[in-house]
Amino acid sequence: MENLLQVEGIKTDFITTGKRVEAVVNASFDLKRGEIIGIVGESGSGKSVTMLSVLKLINPPGRVVGGDVRLAGIEENILSFDSKGEKMRNVRGGRIGMIFQEPMTSLNPVLTVGYQIAETILTHKKCSKAEAKQKAIEMMKAVRIPDAERRYNAYPQEFSGGMRQRIMIAIALAADPDVLIADEATTALDVTIQAQLLEMLKELAQTRGVAVIIVTHNMGIVARYADRIYVMYSGSVVETAETDVIFGCPEHPYTRGLLAAIPRLNDAKDRVLVPIDGLLPDASNRAPYCAFYERCLYRKNSCAKMPIPKLTGIGTNHFVACHLTVAERAARQAELLEREQRKTPKKQIREETCIEVRNLTKRFAVRAGLLQKTVGYVHALEKVSFAIRRGETLGVVGESGCGKSTLARLIMRVYAPDEGEILFHGRDIAHEKERNLKDVRREVAMVFQDPYSSLDPRQTAESIVGEALKIHHLCPDKEAYGKRVSELFRLVELDPELRKRVPHEFSGGQRQRLGIARALAASPTLIIFDEPISALDVSVQAQIINLLEKLQAQLGVSYMFIAHDLAVVRHISDRILVMYLGQAVEIASCEKLYEMPLHPYTQALLSSVPTADPVLERTRQPLKLGGEIPSVLKRPKGCPFSDRCPKAMECCHILSPELVDMGEGHMVACHLYGGK
Amino acid sequence: MLIVMLIISFGVFMLVSLLPGDAVYAMLGDTISQETYDMVYHELGLDQPLLLRYGNWMLGVLRGDFGTSYQFHMPVVDLLKTRVPITIFLSILATLIAMPLGVLFGVIAAVHRGKKIDTVITLTANACSCLPQFWIGIFLMYIFSVQLGWLPSFGFTWPWENFGQHILELIMPIICLSIDGIAGIARQTRSSMLESIRQDYVRTAWSKGLTERSVIYIHTLKNSMIPIVSLLGVRLSYMVGGSIFVESVFSIPGMGSLLVRAITSKDIPVVQACVLLTAFVTCAAYILTDLLYVLVDPRIKLTQKD
Repeated sequence: MENLLQVEGIKTDFITTGKRVEAVVNASFDLKRGEIIGIVGESGSGKSVTMLSVLKLINPPGRVVGGDVRLAGIEENILSFDSKGEKMRNVRGGRIGMIFQEPMTSLNPVLTVGYQIAETILTHKKCSKAEAKQKAIEMMKAVRIPDAERRYNAYPQEFSGGMRQRIMIAIALAADPDVLIADEATTALDVTIQAQLLEMLKELAQTRGVAVIIVTHNMGIVARYADRIYVMYSGSVVETAETDVIFGCPEHPYTRGLLAAIPRLNDAKDRVLVPIDGLLPDASNRAPYCAFYERCLYRKNSCAKMPIPKLTGIGTNHFVACHLTVAERAARQAELLEREQRKTPKKQIREETCIEVRNLTKRFAVRAGLLQKTVGYVHALEKVSFAIRRGETLGVVGESGCGKSTLARLIMRVYAPDEGEILFHGRDIAHEKERNLKDVRREVAMVFQDPYSSLDPRQTAESIVGEALKIHHLCPDKEAYGKRVSELFRLVELDPELRKRVPHEFSGGQRQRLGIARALAASPTLIIFDEPISALDVSVQAQIINLLEKLQAQLGVSYMFIAHDLAVVRHISDRILVMYLGQAVEIASCEKLYEMPLHPYTQALLSSVPTADPVLERTRQPLKLGGEIPSVLKRPKGCPFSDRCPKAMECCHILSPELVDMGEGHMVACHLYGGK
Repeated sequence: MLIVMLIISFGVFMLVSLLPGDAVYAMLGDTISQETYDMVYHELGLDQPLLLRYGNWMLGVLRGDFGTSYQFHMPVVDLLKTRVPITIFLSILATLIAMPLGVLFGVIAAVHRGKKIDTVITLTANACSCLPQFWIGIFLMYIFSVQLGWLPSFGFTWPWENFGQHILELIMPIICLSIDGIAGIARQTRSSMLESIRQDYVRTAWSKGLTERSVIYIHTLKNSMIPIVSLLGVRLSYMVGGSIFVESVFSIPGMGSLLVRAITSKDIPVVQACVLLTAFVTCAAYILTDLLYVLVDPRIKLTQKD
């Protein structure tokens, strides 16, 4: 057999409350020795379930009902093995290692990490306990855990998320498997840590000759690391090809849709994102025809009459599950392109300042002991200054713990700052009493990250959206109120007929629209978005981004857009503020920042983000940024970035640099650029 | 714990002082003369103010002097010396038996969730924790002593006195005492196992290719033990309480039966001593539980290090 792993027609069902949910309908893929393949798809596409099915790790009520999995060296279909039997156990861990998404919960909290690594070795290798321990320590060194001998006896909770994921990798690789499955292994981590881990994973795979399956929803990651890609949609593989082909000339309408929906770092600034309209089909009630039919821009009426399309070859290693011919799709694409030639709506930025923040500082007291005595301070925010003009979008980026959310809460005056001024239309509200803040509360609104928990599940959509109208007495009578609510629904492109529904009857994207409508209710002049789209699927993200751009052009409202996805921030923002450990390290216009980042941290951040463009990726050398993201509790002396900075000088460890204007409003806080 | 014990001691003292019935009559019978009554009343210190009496009593207690039993006319301490070890022995033995059996049944039920064996264990456990202990005691006694005549229906012998006799006499009381514990621990284990079995790290354990034994007993059970251990302290104090019934039913000369007799005969110093001791054992059991936590859960550390 030429392939190391060959998977044919996996089919997995979950039986819940009498319904049969077909999570995976038809997933096939193959893997050669030493290869890295990517399996991409949105949530609900069945990519993780497929991987768990291969290892027979599906728990009841789930059940693998069909499929054939061949692994080199084993004569039988490994799905026919007893899931708890010895043959299957030899495959798991021994031949195929797996890394899971959640580093926080995937390790056993009551066992030492050393034991957890050694356990895999003892299970699959004939060796003594002492040898297993030796090997486990070697593995810990291989995944670059500092001080491995001593930390052998540490428990998982003594490690950071990135370190735990390294330990997961050590566990998965400990018994020298042939295949490593990384199931969204870096999704929960910050970008610089994600880049560190993926680079290490690739290196380890190459030196040990392990083939890797990367399962992710992030197109950038597969563009950078995968040799071949499988695209999954609603439980089936719809297209597979080599990475360059998938990104260069995708054939399946879904792949094309997906690529049109995501913003990229190298996009033209005014590129319109094309969302995929509609929702995933209901997996418990599948139609007998193509699953993408309902959302497909290329469909023909005949598609609904034909059975579910099978993967057919159209080039070397290029297979597509679509009834249309290549020529038909090309013709339709030309048609669509002609129609889609619209640009992002033009917006007006006025010179007038909406909000200005000067030297904003917030410290939280750390208390300890019986009497809760203050033993120190967490510097959540240190002297941050910036301004947002009317109608402008300021993007705020930075990794976890950089103070993005604290900043938002200070401007919302959830907290009062310790120092500094918040000038809202020229008036300092930093220390204003709550009762004097009512008009400010009307003018500043917020949209939250999680569309599921940020809406009251017991309120109707109407009262969620209209509450602000009542609080601020903006509508003289019932009629005006009803009219305004309908108007708000229409603004966010929701049907006003849905106003009597409660949040759980809406999809994730619709809920986020409700959140936006709620923020818009009192006609604010500033809206703060705290990671508004990171909980949504790619195709829905594009819808929300487009909506936000439209609303800004229409209403002239200013945005403060907090996010960690640099491509999204770049797409939507006019200017960008980069934060690190509570300090502003760089502020610049969007074009300037991405073309010519000055601060070493900004440079590292940008190079850590993989772009959904494999050709460009090959030319980029990811800037290696070592170290962990330091905790605000242990802030290094001098410049906060000094201990990770590749260009750190002596003075960086002593003195914290100030923001210096490098011309045209490009501000940077770094000693490299002459600041004292 | 010190504060809890102080409050309890005061409660115990007050409770008995405020009870109806007169200590002197309880001690000497109600046919004594007024003079004798006054003399004894004074001797017992009952003419002193309440708080002072409490203070004196506490001082005595701290010195190991619980006063003199009205009924047996001997120091309470000497009475307790022979009886408390029996009760503690019974309770600890019952807990030690209940713990592994309960955990075992709970694990079996959780692993075979939804199957027949799970239903049987869960139903039996629910039924057993509803049955009152004295009822089980009498029921067992009826079958094994009265009908079959296999086991003695009363008495207690230390194992070093007569080992065979010891075992025979102990079987029924121990079953009686531990059955509730087994049922409770089994139920707790089952639900806590089902909780852990769904966790991501259990999936990780399976993905390593471990045997079912390792996954269940190392990865799952170790995590499930945390709530079970918290139950252990409660169980131990239940056992001490339960011994009151069991010792009465099987006429075992332990602290429980002593307490019952003391209450019916208004032997106040004995009641006070017994209740105080029970409270002490309960508190100690809870402290022991907290210490055990440290053993099972590495996330809890006694000393805070930087």
